[in-house]
Amino acid sequence: MRKEKTKTMRKFYLPLAVLLLFVVIIGGSWLRILNEYWQLVLLFMGINIILTVSLNLINGYMGEFSCGHAGFMAVGAYVTGILTVWLFAEDKVFGPPVLPAAWAIPLFPVALIAGAVAASLVGLLVAIPSFRTRGDYLAIITLAVNYIVKSAIENMEVIGGPRGFVGMKRVMNNMADVLDVPWLLIWTFIGIIVTILIIRNFTSSTLGKGVEAIREDEIAAELMSVNTRRVKVIAFMLSCGLAGLAGGLFAHWPGGYVNPGTFTILKSTEVMVMVYLGGMGSISGSIISAVGFTLLLELLRPLGVFKWVVIPLLLVVMMLLRPTGILGNRELTDVFPRLRAIFGSEEESYAPASD
Amino acid sequence: MPLLQIRALTHLFGGLRAVYDFNLDLEEGELVGLIGPNGAGKTTIFNLVTGAYKPTEGQVQLNGDDLVGLRPHQITARGIARTFQTIRLWNKLTVLDNICIARASRIRYSLPDSILHGRRYREEERQIKDQAIELLAVFGLEQQTQELATNLPYGAQRRVEIARALATEPRVLLLDEPAAGMNPGEIEELLALIQQIRQDFGLTIWIIEHQMRVIMNICERIKVIDFGETIAEGTPIEIQNNPKVIEAYLGEEAF
Repeated sequence: MRKEKTKTMRKFYLPLAVLLLFVVIIGGSWLRILNEYWQLVLLFMGINIILTVSLNLINGYMGEFSCGHAGFMAVGAYVTGILTVWLFAEDKVFGPPVLPAAWAIPLFPVALIAGAVAASLVGLLVAIPSFRTRGDYLAIITLAVNYIVKSAIENMEVIGGPRGFVGMKRVMNNMADVLDVPWLLIWTFIGIIVTILIIRNFTSSTLGKGVEAIREDEIAAELMSVNTRRVKVIAFMLSCGLAGLAGGLFAHWPGGYVNPGTFTILKSTEVMVMVYLGGMGSISGSIISAVGFTLLLELLRPLGVFKWVVIPLLLVVMMLLRPTGILGNRELTDVFPRLRAIFGSEEESYAPASD
Repeated sequence: MPLLQIRALTHLFGGLRAVYDFNLDLEEGELVGLIGPNGAGKTTIFNLVTGAYKPTEGQVQLNGDDLVGLRPHQITARGIARTFQTIRLWNKLTVLDNICIARASRIRYSLPDSILHGRRYREEERQIKDQAIELLAVFGLEQQTQELATNLPYGAQRRVEIARALATEPRVLLLDEPAAGMNPGEIEELLALIQQIRQDFGLTIWIIEHQMRVIMNICERIKVIDFGETIAEGTPIEIQNNPKVIEAYLGEEAF
């Protein structure tokens, strides 16, 4: 009896912990206990978590080498940003807002989803060559996509070209005027949870495990009934779509602008570094490394340009000590079994049906 | 009508004629062997039938359905499964996952189900896992379900590969040198296992093998190819006494 009770209680431990974190972060920001600087760090941390966890699906679980994640982030950033500005803010190009400013609050997630969908459609551009090419060649193609997206944006004068696109600040201000809560942090927090759930649930399903079968032996996967093309399209579209979500959130950062210079190969590399640092095929590893890497960037800010000497050095040391990343391809619950006892869901601890 | 019908199957690698005018009728329930010297084109024939290669010419029909031009996973879904000459398990995945993933084409839940994990998803996943464990028990692997495939001993890996092929629910099972690298004791076990699964799963089996004691023991009919062409066909006794076969292949072993 009692054991049953604790078991059902356990189901709520993880959601409760997440809720607590939500209350602390959002409450702290709302009450201004966390100052604007820390709010910004938390925002970038969140965006990096989404980027890292989503790229892990391709580079970790599937074992492909996609190095154009920033390109998909750019698509999401511009599509979401343009949508919210066009709909909810006064703008030089798009004119007066189409909808009343208060509508921004319920429709903001719709704009985020639109950006994610747009990015996942661009993700198809990468999925199709991946049917025929792997490894280095696919890496070159993803790199090309990154450049194509960036150059395309730079050459579109309507949306600011190389100078960037502005106006998102007015949208955020309008939302804050209606109800003064840290909207962007709230949606980033929700975005992280959605991302983690999508990647975790998909990769734990038999359909999604086809992704890992492709990594281990693609020919055997196809011959043993995995529709490798479908699985690859799904994986690329999910991963790129979530990068688009991260972009959509990023477009509304307090700086109030996005420009194509942000979405270069450097940004893509940064995300890749976080994936490999955390461990390929480990969601908790990705989260830890995204949080740690963002903090590290901030801690070393006083060093100025020398930051980019110290960080790569730290990476080299890290890779020498732990070549498979912080967690390898394990999850935190595999490393600390006690955590599974507290937070583990029934699904993970599968035992064959007895009697 | 034969279950598997192969007509005039030909495959060219550039100028090299790997398989030429290969014909076979596989009746339901049969156990047929395919032998030939190294490089004769045996594995190429399996690759053509399972869709890994597209034949230059010829027809392959399963139960009257044309298979040429289908993608490998579609052919597997229609009922042809195979094992590989060199083991090709998904090494860094558990034995259980190796079996479950092979049921990919039987999954009925949709992509949203796989992300939202609704009731239908959970029921089906449980069913997939239960069936996989049941199947592994047939192969004496029920203790190793959570072991990574790469950590199993060689013989056990061979068995997992056969179990994985069976998980796709095949009607025809193609075994590509299942006894390779096995000692006489293991071969005896393998022969018993093949007979058993043939009975239990109602399989039609087509086997490539170099070990004569395997092929001569269990096959009802043997086809011999050399340089991509069929040189003989018949019962094990007929094949053993066929001068062409002795010249091309058995001759080396007989003396």
